[in-house]
This record gives sequence, structure tokens and C-alpha cells, in this order.
Amino acid sequence: MTPTTPTNPPITPAASAGRADRAFFITLWAAVTIFTATAVGLFIQLVNGSWQSLTTFGFGFIVDSQWNPVTGHFGALPMIYGTVVSSFIAIAFAAVIGIGAATYLAEFAPRQIADPLATLVELLAAVPSVVYGLWGLFVLVPILRAFVDPFLQAHFGFLPIFTGPIYGVGLLTAGIILAIMILPTVSAISRDVIRAVGREQREGGIALGSTRWETTWRIVLPAARTGIFGACVLALGRALGETIAATMVIGNKSVIAASLFAPSYTLSSVIANEFTEATSDIYISSLIELGLILFIISFIVNGAARLLVNSVFSRNEGR
Amino acid sequence: MFRMTRGRLFAALAGTLAVATAAFPALAATQLTGAGSTFDYPFFSKAFYQYSQNNSDVTVNYQSIGSGGGIEQFTAKTVDFGATDVPMTSQEVQRAGGGVLQVPIALGGVALTYNLPSVKALRLTRENVVDIYLGKITKWNDAALKKTNPGVALPDLAVIPVNRSDGSGTTYIFTDFLSTVSPEFKTKVGAGKSVQWPAAGSVGGKGNEGVAGSVKQTPGAIGYVELAYALENKMEQALVQNKAGKFAICTTVGVKAAAATRPDVNATNFSIVDAAGADSWPISGYSWVVVYQSPQDKARAKMTKDVLAWTVTKGQAIAGTLDYVPLPENVQATAMKTLNQINL
Repeated sequence: MTPTTPTNPPITPAASAGRADRAFFITLWAAVTIFTATAVGLFIQLVNGSWQSLTTFGFGFIVDSQWNPVTGHFGALPMIYGTVVSSFIAIAFAAVIGIGAATYLAEFAPRQIADPLATLVELLAAVPSVVYGLWGLFVLVPILRAFVDPFLQAHFGFLPIFTGPIYGVGLLTAGIILAIMILPTVSAISRDVIRAVGREQREGGIALGSTRWETTWRIVLPAARTGIFGACVLALGRALGETIAATMVIGNKSVIAASLFAPSYTLSSVIANEFTEATSDIYISSLIELGLILFIISFIVNGAARLLVNSVFSRNEGR
Repeated sequence: MFRMTRGRLFAALAGTLAVATAAFPALAATQLTGAGSTFDYPFFSKAFYQYSQNNSDVTVNYQSIGSGGGIEQFTAKTVDFGATDVPMTSQEVQRAGGGVLQVPIALGGVALTYNLPSVKALRLTRENVVDIYLGKITKWNDAALKKTNPGVALPDLAVIPVNRSDGSGTTYIFTDFLSTVSPEFKTKVGAGKSVQWPAAGSVGGKGNEGVAGSVKQTPGAIGYVELAYALENKMEQALVQNKAGKFAICTTVGVKAAAATRPDVNATNFSIVDAAGADSWPISGYSWVVVYQSPQDKARAKMTKDVLAWTVTKGQAIAGTLDYVPLPENVQATAMKTLNQINL
């Protein structure tokens, strides 16, 4: 076989590169446009669908505590309270445990067990939400009702958040279930961010005489701060919208109580529970308005977090 | 070498299609559609399958999207019939363009289940049930409960009434019962598929399984579930006193007896709670199917009418096998009379 030279005509770089580049940019623009259009379209549809309740109840909808489908009087305050409080309990637990786990896996774990352990934590993210709800209802709720809640009430009962009757289901239980669900998000992203901190940072710290712990706490984690905060905000966003697991363990009662043991309600739970059987226009409109409120809350949380990151963290960013 | 030429490909595809059509004649049958109540779904599933076995030219596709969805789709004329636990109100009928026939199709009861390991066969009067759900009775050793259960050691435990958090026909029947028995409940809460429960210690569970799960888990809890659910899960039921003064648990016989006292049910007068009669179970209710009186597609309407007519009469035998209550004969007659009003 005689070697043959390629017989393709020479490609002129300018023409084809321009075409390829143009096609590439058009594809990217299309992706961004679709995404933005979907978000804006979603917002417009939510406002459109909730127009009747927006005009009927006005601003009072957000501060009203009554949710009465029989009389047609609706108010979202207990649901907003439940959503916000359960999500913040969740992120409080998940942030501490998640960042701790991520730090251990990134910095201190022996290499043989670091990857399998990391995979195991990420496996938690693969468990479906409804399975968490079932597990919560049949395993976590009895444990909390029998051991944890009475313990908290006995030792910290002077705090108003630990008073009142103990049902097992309630705000605290929902917070804990949500914490377990968002833990993999915090942990996985934080681990990647911590690992991405340059070796020079750590080596510099150790060279200057700091211990492993001091290096991690004072050099590595502050350098990874933005990324870790981003991970927490992402996880918080997920907790705000979580529906099935929350509705199975939160007690589904639209009241605001001081105690964390009391049953509560979240915005997404109400929608999931009542939408299929809602027949009157004002009822459906109010449910859609709850969706709109949830959308806006997520937006506000993300926006506030972004502002915080820009103002606080960008000042002394580790390079 | 075998080459897949265009001609051979075409022949292969045509052959496959022919075999498929021959092997599945149902593909060529008419498919009727219905949507609505989740309560009816297990019954409809089995009944319509049986109907298709008997009549191979018709299949029925039922989507259990909830009563609200059923009424929506029926109004939009995207389905042949809708199914709803509470009949359409006059506004809903008006929105659907009027001329709507509502037919009772299934019958169910609501049982009360409780969690008190030391108490077997708990008895409750109708007023006890109302007071528990109004939040007036907060402890099991309350004087009113002691009076209804003489000689029974009731524990000093908090009463936790469990309700359905999702909108459901079961809640409607239960609140209808409570509103009928107590004017105070009627003004304070009212009847609905979803209500604002007044008891301070109440908790909501999602679906029958949520209520049952909550009751089973929480000592001192009491909740209401569909009869079929209570029977199949062999749950401990409370005995409720009916209007005639007799205490009994919810059974298919009791529900049927209650239904038989009102053969003249129609869409505006459909409540059968707190029925008279010694054997009646006080917390019972119907589920309804809605069709247009003057449909445009007469052929489809005839097929729909035949399916529903069979379901309401011979199909009720299947209801019994699934722990639904078969419609009493006099109600079947009422249903047939309504179906015969369809202009074909």
C-alpha cells in the first residue's frame, strides 16, 4: 500500500472559523434567551393566574393568618412563616455538618477513604424526596417524639421555642428532614471548592509554622468562603421549595406558634395538598399566588445572598 | 449479503403494522375518556377493565386528577365524562354551559380510627365527635367521654384530632356530618373538601395513608379515613352512635342502609349523613359522574351512556370486591333514570 497524502482542499481559516464561531455564539445566545424567557414567562404566568386574589386581598394576603376554603378567605402568613423557619433550621444544621464533612473529606481524610466517603454522602442526594418523607414519618418522628423532643423540653423548656405539646411532627422535624436532604449539596460543592484552593496557600501556612487545623481554619476556609456561601445559598433554595418530604412531617396546620414542636405548613405543601381539589376561582387564584410568593422569596434570598457576597467577601479575596 | 433496501424496509414495516393491528384489536376500538375523583379510581379501574373485556369495541381511559381537575376538563369538553366527590354547584354548571346531568356512581363511608392501646371498642356519640374536632374535648378522660364509655378506664392523655391536609371528598363527607349534627360547627367551620380546622391540638396528614400513619404513630390520636382504607388495613375503629341511638363501627352494610333511606338523591340534595334508621352509618356519601344532557357527538355519548349504565347497575358487584359499598337498588334506579335523560 502506497502512502497517500490527504486530498482534501486546504481549509481557509478565516471563512470556516467565522462560520463556526457564529454558529457557536448563536447557540449560546439561544440557550440564554430560552432560559431567561422561561423565567420571565413563569413570573408573568404566576401573576396572571393569581390576578383575582391579588386584586381581592391585595397586600393583606401576606399578613393574614386565615386560610379558609369554605368562606373563601385566604391569607399566606402561616405558610410563609413555616417555609422560612423550616428552611433556616435546615440550612443551620446542614451548613455546619456539611462544611465540616467537606473539610474533613478534602483536607484530613486518608485518600483511600476520602473518595468512597464522598460518594456515600452524594448518594444521599439520589434518594427520592418521598422516600425521605416516608422514612421521616415512620422512623424520625417516633425518635423525636420519644427521646429528642422531651429531652429538649426538659433541659431547655424555658425557651419559648421548646414549649408546648409534643406531637413528633412539627417545624423542628421538618427542619431536620430538610437538613438531611440538602446536606449532600452543601457537602459536595464545598468539598470541590475547598480542594480548589491552591496548594501554595496551605504550604505557605505550614511554612510559617501554623498547625494543620490553623491552616485549614484561618487560610483554606476563608479562601473558599465565596464558594461555600454559594453552596449554602443553593441548598437553601432547594429547602425553600421542597414539598413532599416537608408535607409528610410538618403537621400541615396553618397556624403560627412560637414553639418548634408545633405543627406548621409550608407554601409548597399547601399547593401540593389542595390544588387538585380546588374548584372555585378565588381558591385556585390564591394557591397560584402562594406559588408567586414562593418564587419571590427564592428570588429575594438569592439576591440578598449575592449582595452579601459582593459586599463582604470581595474585599479580601484570597488569590 | 442481506441488504435492507427501501422496498424491503417498507414491506417489513407494513408487515409489523398488520401483525400489530391483528394482535391488538383494542387499538382499533373507541377510547372514551373520563377524569376526576381519586376516590373512584380503584373502582373505575377494575370496572372499566371488566367492561372492555365484555365489550371489545370500547375502552375507557380514566385519569384520577382530582375532582377539581375533573370538573375543569369536563367544562373544557376534553373528556366524555367527569367524576367528582361533591356535585357541581350551580355556578360550576353555569360555567360548563348548563345542561349537565349528575349521576351517583359510587358510595363510600368514613370510619373513625383512634390510638389508645388500653381502650378497645371506644364509643363516641355524635356530639363527642363534634366536640373533639372543635377542640372542646382536649383530654381522653374528659367527663363527656367518660359518660359515653361507662366503666372504661380512659387515660389522662391529650386528644389529638387528625384531619386530611389535602382537599378530599372524605373531608367533605366528614365535615358535612359534623355541620349537620352541630350548628356551631356549621357556623364556625362549615362543610368543604378542605376546611380550617379549629382544634388547637389538631394535626393534618396527607392522604388516607397520612392520617392513618399519624394516628398509628401518635398515642391519643383520632382520625377519619375512607372505609375501604380502614377495612383493608384492619384499623381499630371507634363505635359512633347514629341518629337512632345505636353504636356501631363503619361497615358496608351500615353505609348501604344509610344510602337506602334516601333514594331520591340528586345534585342539589345529595347529603346522606346522619341518616335515620337503626342500621345506618351516619358518615356516608356518594361520588358522582357528570355528563352533558345534549352532547354533540351522539355516537360517543351513546357509548359513554352504556358504560355508565353498566357501571351503575351490574358493575356495582365489582364495587363490593374492592370494599366500596354497592349502590342500593333504589338509588341504581334513580341513576338509570338520570342517565336516560341524555338526548341521543
